[in-house]
Amino acid sequence: MSPDASVAVRPAAPAALREDLRLVASMIEPGSRVLDVGCGDGELLSYLVHHKDVDGRGMELSQSGVNACVRHGLSAIQGDADNDLDAYPSDAFDYAVLSQTLPATRSPRRVVRNLVRIGRFAIVSFPNFGHWRIRLDLALRGRMPMTHLLAAPWYDTPNIHLCTIRDFLALCAEDGVRIERSVTLDRWGRPFRLDPRSALANLLAEQGLFLLSRG
Amino acid sequence: MNLTASSPTRMMLEADRPGFRLNVAEPLALDCGASLGPYTIAYQTYGRLNAARTNAILICHALTGDQYVAEPHPMTGKPGWWDTLAGPGKVLDTDRYFLICVNVLGGCMGSSGPMETNPATGKPWGLQFPVITIADMVRAQREVLDHLGIETLFCVTGGSMGGMQVLQWAASYPERVFAAVPIATAARHSAQNIAFHEVGRQAIMADPNWCGGNYLELGRRPERGLAVARMAAHITYLSEPALHRKFGRNLQNRRAVTYGFDADFQVENYLRHQGISFVERFDANSYLYITRACDYFDLAAEHGGVLANAFRGTRTRFCLISFTSDWLYPTSESRAIVHALNAIAANVSFVEVETDKGHDAFLLEEPEFFATLRGFLDGCAEHRGLA
Repeated sequence: MSPDASVAVRPAAPAALREDLRLVASMIEPGSRVLDVGCGDGELLSYLVHHKDVDGRGMELSQSGVNACVRHGLSAIQGDADNDLDAYPSDAFDYAVLSQTLPATRSPRRVVRNLVRIGRFAIVSFPNFGHWRIRLDLALRGRMPMTHLLAAPWYDTPNIHLCTIRDFLALCAEDGVRIERSVTLDRWGRPFRLDPRSALANLLAEQGLFLLSRG
Repeated sequence: MNLTASSPTRMMLEADRPGFRLNVAEPLALDCGASLGPYTIAYQTYGRLNAARTNAILICHALTGDQYVAEPHPMTGKPGWWDTLAGPGKVLDTDRYFLICVNVLGGCMGSSGPMETNPATGKPWGLQFPVITIADMVRAQREVLDHLGIETLFCVTGGSMGGMQVLQWAASYPERVFAAVPIATAARHSAQNIAFHEVGRQAIMADPNWCGGNYLELGRRPERGLAVARMAAHITYLSEPALHRKFGRNLQNRRAVTYGFDADFQVENYLRHQGISFVERFDANSYLYITRACDYFDLAAEHGGVLANAFRGTRTRFCLISFTSDWLYPTSESRAIVHALNAIAANVSFVEVETDKGHDAFLLEEPEFFATLRGFLDGCAEHRGLA
């Protein structure tokens, strides 16, 4: 795996691939087996299948997303992280990916445990609730924060279990989940050169991206 | 009510039937313990088998279907039952794939079944024909593939009972199935499914012309019973919204109800028509045997009660498709299969298509269904190295 996440992406990457998804892709070894939980319409999966020769599967809550995946020749099923991960056997995949949907799960802890069980590695990214803009919104305006990653108002958001990067690291420590690699990202999905464990990263990063394994 | 076919019944002579017949001398060991043989399998093909013999798609027909997938039916003249899906340039592209459809064992379009002559007696089999299962149907289909020299099918697909055969294929001969598309189906027949079938069978057996199953010998046919069976079954193939959209409470060529038992409502007239046209092309005893085969289907039961065990170690790529308004084989049945396949980390896709057309949707032009199947097949063709 490349130590510098930003250079591992092959030049053939479609221009449309989101910056944070490029980073996820850079963590994945070519030819591996990947489960993308919350795969949307298959953007990441399609990239991995066509550029990294992975055996890719997708799981997606919205039926329209699933249908779009299958229409494009990707393997995908309708399902969600809370209910449909239990069925998979341990080590079924090399990587289980959960991109941006952890706060929307009912039991994030169980989901993370399942991800590192199903995959030899799990790749998890989520919006950092410790970001300064969010803290300011709450502290000064006294309103529930809304950012481009957390764009819905409080009454409409699917996110019910928000956490900071520090919260997430603490959960991993508690559950014996090993952090293999971590990247903090700015609002454009570009990596910061900050120690993800630092208070500064927890203040400046808009999202965290982690490569995890069972301890 | 008058449920007799308007035209005299035509049971077609063999020579008039397009397609192929394979006579198998080696007896077939059936699940019921009996052995059947020699026996005959009728099948039809479309497109051309490539030199590497890797482009074959086996289409499994449903309860009342037959091998005439993509050509006018030789008895009714109606378009093939998957004519919208199969043909040159279509989703099941005959310019690209070699399509095979086998009339199921127990059927009445040329394969050995209760309507055919029992070689031991020289009379129609009737109820002397052994009870067959979905697995028996699949065993007979395997003979056709061996005969055609096809080692691995690119894909096996079919809806309803055809979907059961797809699942059975994937479970019995995983190494011979590259991709499997079970549509609007279940891994086991539910109590409700069995109950509806029993209504149909009882209707047939209650017809005085059924004569204990010996009607062919006696020159009679239980047309009323079979028509009622078809009418009852047909309701289960539709959805309430579809029936309402199509007919509502509209009256049939009259301004007011007649205070009698004539077909006042369009929906009655429609069902009677369904019943009458069905008896022209289908054999009542076949209907008994094939519904029974569905009832006995329970893939998990054959594998220690664990459905996942039926597919353990499989390398087949699966795509399950269900329809939102199908209450006969509801989405939950497909989802149970998906969960079983997930439990063994099999390669599976699953799409539920939004439609109000009920179970019958798998026979109709549903853009989302077609796009799904096309996308899945294209993806598989790429992996299989098919141009």
